Amino acid sequence: MAEIIKTNRRDFLKLAATATGGLFIGFYWSGCDSPKMQVLSNEEILAKATDFNSFLSITLDGDVVIYSPNPELGQNIKTSFPMVVAEELDADWSRVRVLQAPLDTDKFERQLTGGSGAMPHSWERLRKAGATARHLLLTAAATRLEVDKNSLTTEKGVIYHKSSGKKLNYGEVVLDAAQLEAPDEVIFKDPKDFKIIGTPIKNVDNQEMFTGKPLFGLDFYREGMLHAMVQRPPFGMKIKSVDDTEARNVSGIQEVFVYDNNVALVGSSTWPIMKAKKLLKISYEPDGNVESTADHDRIFKELLDSKEARVMREDGNVDVAFKNASKVITSEYQCPFLSHSPMEPMNFFAHVKEDQVELIGPTQTPDSARVQTANLLGIPKENISVEITRLGGGFGRRLRADYVLEAVQISKKMEAPVKVTWSREDDMTGGAYRPAVRYRFSAALDEEGNMIGYKLRGVGMNAGNSVRQDNFPSGAVENVLIENVNYESSVTTNAWRAPITNFLAYAEQSFLDEVALEVQKDPVKFRLDLLQKAKNSPVGSVNYDVDRMIGVIKDVAEKSNWGKNSNVKQGFSVYFSHRSYVAQVANIEMENNQPVLKKIIASTDCGIVVNPTGANHQVRGGIVDGMGHAMFGNLTFENGLPKQKNFDSYRLIRMKEVPEVELHYVDSGYDPTGLGEPALPPTGGAIANAIFAATGRRLRSQPFVEQKEYSDMNLEIRRG
Amino acid sequence: MANYNLRVNGKKYEVDVEEDTPLLWVLRDHLGLVGTKYSCGIAQCGACTVHINGEATFSCVLPVSSIGDDKVTTIEGLSEDGDHPVQKAWNEIDVAQCGYCQAGQIMNAASFLNKNPKPSFDEIDEAMNRNICRCGTYHKIREAVALAAKTK
Repeated sequence: MAEIIKTNRRDFLKLAATATGGLFIGFYWSGCDSPKMQVLSNEEILAKATDFNSFLSITLDGDVVIYSPNPELGQNIKTSFPMVVAEELDADWSRVRVLQAPLDTDKFERQLTGGSGAMPHSWERLRKAGATARHLLLTAAATRLEVDKNSLTTEKGVIYHKSSGKKLNYGEVVLDAAQLEAPDEVIFKDPKDFKIIGTPIKNVDNQEMFTGKPLFGLDFYREGMLHAMVQRPPFGMKIKSVDDTEARNVSGIQEVFVYDNNVALVGSSTWPIMKAKKLLKISYEPDGNVESTADHDRIFKELLDSKEARVMREDGNVDVAFKNASKVITSEYQCPFLSHSPMEPMNFFAHVKEDQVELIGPTQTPDSARVQTANLLGIPKENISVEITRLGGGFGRRLRADYVLEAVQISKKMEAPVKVTWSREDDMTGGAYRPAVRYRFSAALDEEGNMIGYKLRGVGMNAGNSVRQDNFPSGAVENVLIENVNYESSVTTNAWRAPITNFLAYAEQSFLDEVALEVQKDPVKFRLDLLQKAKNSPVGSVNYDVDRMIGVIKDVAEKSNWGKNSNVKQGFSVYFSHRSYVAQVANIEMENNQPVLKKIIASTDCGIVVNPTGANHQVRGGIVDGMGHAMFGNLTFENGLPKQKNFDSYRLIRMKEVPEVELHYVDSGYDPTGLGEPALPPTGGAIANAIFAATGRRLRSQPFVEQKEYSDMNLEIRRG
Repeated sequence: MANYNLRVNGKKYEVDVEEDTPLLWVLRDHLGLVGTKYSCGIAQCGACTVHINGEATFSCVLPVSSIGDDKVTTIEGLSEDGDHPVQKAWNEIDVAQCGYCQAGQIMNAASFLNKNPKPSFDEIDEAMNRNICRCGTYHKIREAVALAAKTK
């Protein structure tokens, strides 16, 4: 059904003729004082040209330019956002050009990439932008043609009056449309009439990416710009002394200086700085806990038994349930620290001038970078501009502005424009990791094998809350106790793609598999029975939609022929995170007594699929990412420093290590939710459960390849 | 510092750099050719792949002093208008997510297909295994290499 949507008076519309004779229609989400449109003169536009950033503009020729406000790091938002605007505008996609908008929170509000939240936040706003423009163009055309607006139709940027055979393209009426007032309400298309949404539109940056055009932060150069790198201390250490004599002697080095426990090296190009950095002689002394992985392992065990823990959820009475249980199962699962390791290392450009700062580079959170810069320098944030480049991956690491502030501090000291580049070694040893976590699960079972009690305690290293207390199976069990203990480690941590759930899901789904098999129930039926209970007689409140979770479970069971082929050993996993539901089945086939991981089948409910290519990328990529880190990823510490410093020792998944991946979507009809994260959490559990089904070995720690249970199973990974 | 005469993408360049400067940083910092990417610096990930006389080579560990008269081709010079069969296949299959590794992937694939114009899937996987894609676009890379082989 087509929907009538009230336009918020704050959704201010602004139109202006451009210097080249075109026209901008600017949709401001907030912060504007007048709901009326303005037509600006060419001079005014020229004056504003550098900071005029709106959702869309239409030229007199009918070309459409759409600005994409959110940082693009591979989640495809730069393509999918404009698709939504173009859909409601009924634009000709071949005439749409997409530009990255710089930071302007007054206009765009949420300019952040994280939490798979961009699409849910902006879906209605983007549709409104397109629908409002279409409404104005139709109104202008009706006046021009002297016909009723309702007798007009649009298709691919052209307005048709069927009975007279007259037509006008959008460019022909855009100047008239600029004179109109924004409507109070607009009509959204019926989703069944979508022509752009739901089609595989290609990435708008393909040509630039595949021909090597400068797109990424590290590709930014400016005449007179200095290059810089920073040597940071090990965790829990501070600088005792620095001998930079040899470093300063490297040709091309301009300055070496100590600031905030770091040593900065500045020069005219990158290579001399990389060389000089290796020649620094820095001695450090302890300044807090200097930790090693052995310390973390010991602390995990102590805190799992500690009397002090924060209760995150309590239903019924677990003590009674566990006392009355006919069987109790307890298992522990552990995950290591992980590096984000986007292919493009951290880097940023800063030019600190007298009272202005120019920032350019890859950040998931430009506003936070700006605010932190303003606080550091004690200047108003309005004096700071942020230009967002394409990001060569992020995975959460670029939610932190530490590397932006480095560029700011060095630029200020050098009184020159500076680009800070992190080497791969800097990137891997520079902190803000996925936290290491250890979990203890316990299930109390009655004589019929029903789970009458469920306990979970998570202990995390700077993990904040390492549990998700309102996730499944909460709601389906009468007696529940979920606790969290956070240890303040000197090793810094940060959000890492699907924070917490990237490991919790594997641990929980493996444990539920253990319980199901213990009570001799099929793992899929075991979960469906629990969900039925959560639906019929829910215990407490939960954050997931029971029917949508059942939907993906049933779909993946059907698509994977779950349990129907005894030659295929299958592992099941399902998880709800970041508003989307993903169920997965991993298939292991036995060939000459050797287990071969051949395929992962996924069923996803993310509501309406905006761009099938983009959705497949995110789900398939999430599965490959989840698998790679579950199998291989490990960052261990010795005396406050990671032992793994580059890709020779920190193992990332490669071409020959991926199984076939088969993707399905459940058409639930809900508004779209994000997909950058939700497909990753279930993968480790699906693989671990398949490995158990095939070999009888239960992998309770990651990375799998480093567990002794794994060492002699000869698991092969092969596509068909 | 010393002067080096380089032949890159059919053009002659003269640079004045230290002899141990890797070709990668000569391209990026001195010639303004930023399509060749830095990621690991130790010949582990393939983001810096260029062609030396047509052969896929990691430019991050290749000292400028070792190049001599060898012909260097970067992503910018792979084709005139971005219409090399591998580039076209990369667009057709819509391979990229973040895109940072893809120039190196394309350069590796183009060199590989010159030597092996009709590869099997296993041969594609073997050849492309030297390039890391952190976003996990490996399935699409295989598809695109196979498509390029078919359309070449």
